[in-house]
Amino acid sequence: MNTEDIIKEVNSIFIDVLDNDGIIVQYNTTSDDIEEWDSLNHIQLVVAIEKYFKIRFTAAEIVNFNNVGEMCEAIKVKTLAQ
Amino acid sequence: MLSFSQLKKNLKKEDAQLKNIKISILSENAGQLVTIALKGYGVEFGYNFEINECGYNELNLQVFEPESQLYSVQSDYIIIIPSVQKLLNQFYKKPIQERNVFATEHISYMEEIIHTISSKSNAKIILFNYLEINDGVFGNFSAKLDISFITQLRKINVAISELAQITKNLFINDIVSLQTQFGTAFIIDNKFYINSDIAFSLDFLPHLAKNTLDIIKSIEGKINKCLVLDLDNTLWGGIIGDDGVEGIQVGQLGIGKAFTELQQWFKQLKERGIILTICSKNTEAIAKEPFINHPEMVLKLDDIAVFIANWETKVDNIRHIQSILNIGFDSMVFIDDNPFERNLVKENIPQIHAPDLPEDPSDYLNFLRALNLFETASFTSEDSERTHLYQEDAKRQVFKKSFLNEGEYLAGLAMTSKIESFNKFNIPRVAQLTVRSNQFNLRTKRYSEVEIEQIANSKKHTCMSFTLSDKFGDHGLIAVVILEMKNPNDLFIDTWLMSCRVLKRGMESFVLNKIVSIAKELGCEKVIGEYIPTPKNEIVSNHYKDLGFKAIDDFWYLKVEDYRKRKTYIN
Repeated sequence: MNTEDIIKEVNSIFIDVLDNDGIIVQYNTTSDDIEEWDSLNHIQLVVAIEKYFKIRFTAAEIVNFNNVGEMCEAIKVKTLAQ
Repeated sequence: MLSFSQLKKNLKKEDAQLKNIKISILSENAGQLVTIALKGYGVEFGYNFEINECGYNELNLQVFEPESQLYSVQSDYIIIIPSVQKLLNQFYKKPIQERNVFATEHISYMEEIIHTISSKSNAKIILFNYLEINDGVFGNFSAKLDISFITQLRKINVAISELAQITKNLFINDIVSLQTQFGTAFIIDNKFYINSDIAFSLDFLPHLAKNTLDIIKSIEGKINKCLVLDLDNTLWGGIIGDDGVEGIQVGQLGIGKAFTELQQWFKQLKERGIILTICSKNTEAIAKEPFINHPEMVLKLDDIAVFIANWETKVDNIRHIQSILNIGFDSMVFIDDNPFERNLVKENIPQIHAPDLPEDPSDYLNFLRALNLFETASFTSEDSERTHLYQEDAKRQVFKKSFLNEGEYLAGLAMTSKIESFNKFNIPRVAQLTVRSNQFNLRTKRYSEVEIEQIANSKKHTCMSFTLSDKFGDHGLIAVVILEMKNPNDLFIDTWLMSCRVLKRGMESFVLNKIVSIAKELGCEKVIGEYIPTPKNEIVSNHYKDLGFKAIDDFWYLKVEDYRKRKTYIN
């Protein structure tokens, strides 16, 4: 799976977790761009993504991602390593 | 089990039917997610939890400052979630030579917290015990060493239980039992603990919320009272009609052991006060044979309050059991290995609990234990007598058939009732009845033991408990009346409840005679009653009307001077 495909899948996880059909995430999307994406929802997003891709993020990763794209790059590396 | 996301979505549901309950939460770790999970789970059971999240890691401030947020609302419940990680930090700050008294010191601090809250609030306190963390510093030797963290931690958890034993408004959320069931790795998501001081994983939160709800539901009177058990492949392996008494599997050998251990568990529940009943598609005589003749059967006929074995549908038979016991379907649990029977029962009696058993009988026991079907907020000696009481009832029904006339039957029962005010011997049972009685309960006011003690000592109140016994046995304490002098003329019936075991015995008339004689003694002109409808107390909607009270607005009035003593068969 390439980064674009992963972003698409992550988009549907955002829609589901944040309960908002209108959300569109792109490589450069950050939490500033999405109103519902606060620190509590971030936890739910991380757990939902971990479950979906069957991966684990580290404590450092989840605070250091600058945007959706970086998160998806990390997902790509982790899924490839499986 | 619902997921955290589902619980969170529940928060968006608007439902005016929900019962409001005020809860304050004191958490030493970050507690917002706990709040969401609790609120979401509350909606599932018809509660709207108004949650007052009191600071974060401010236990001292919130408890000991009189003006704190904790005391800013009148909470029904105060939930305290201490942090084992913080406890460990405190422990490490102590010099090694003082660590042997760490638990003793910490528990006196916790006692002070509980006593301070109790002196300032009427809330019930739900205290989480500490998750067990073994810091591994001494390996297994820790368990042999009094200065190790695990030894001191376990002492604290035992002391918390001991504190709850002597503190009536303190209930324990036994999170250690959940830890044994799920494991630490499931309960704590380390990265969220490290980043945000979040103590519980998203996957664990629904379980934690359920466990808390179980406690609250039992305090609010939603408890399960009765087990309806299938026989073939549920209580024993095999089919009694085909395999015969020698052929069924029960006992220490092979799969029989699974059924024996399950029966032992049911027997313990019966001795705690859960009513055991049998509902089986069988010929009655054949179905009863193992109970009489199989040497390894743990359950005997004596343990069973109602035994129904015939070829009618289980739905009809469960309705029949319900009518004999006179309890709500929502307090019954149906255990049957057959998914077809379970589904049929669930479709027709949606209120009943009918857990989907695992396929393998060896999994039944642990599966059922983990469901926590029989949470309770109290235990009294009368609970363990319950099966016996229902068996006596069955004899009364046979006796009744020998009379054509209701009056002759009641006279033949030779009933006597003892009236007492509240005292230290009956207060636990009185409080329990206010919590558990749903049907014959005019105002459904729930009282804790502490509150009942306060009422018993109040000059404004007159309190009465009634027992009833007859030639077949003793029902024990079956009616509670709390009268309040609203003013010198008016005696208000704050509480009038009776056990449904004694309906149609003239107890209402006997109690009213007593109420009116008290009103006379107090010089009151009127007795005032009120009926507050609930989904369950329809049975008493005409109670005051039938007893000759007159309705004005929402209240019922009885003039003391016009009252004519009602005929009863109770002495």
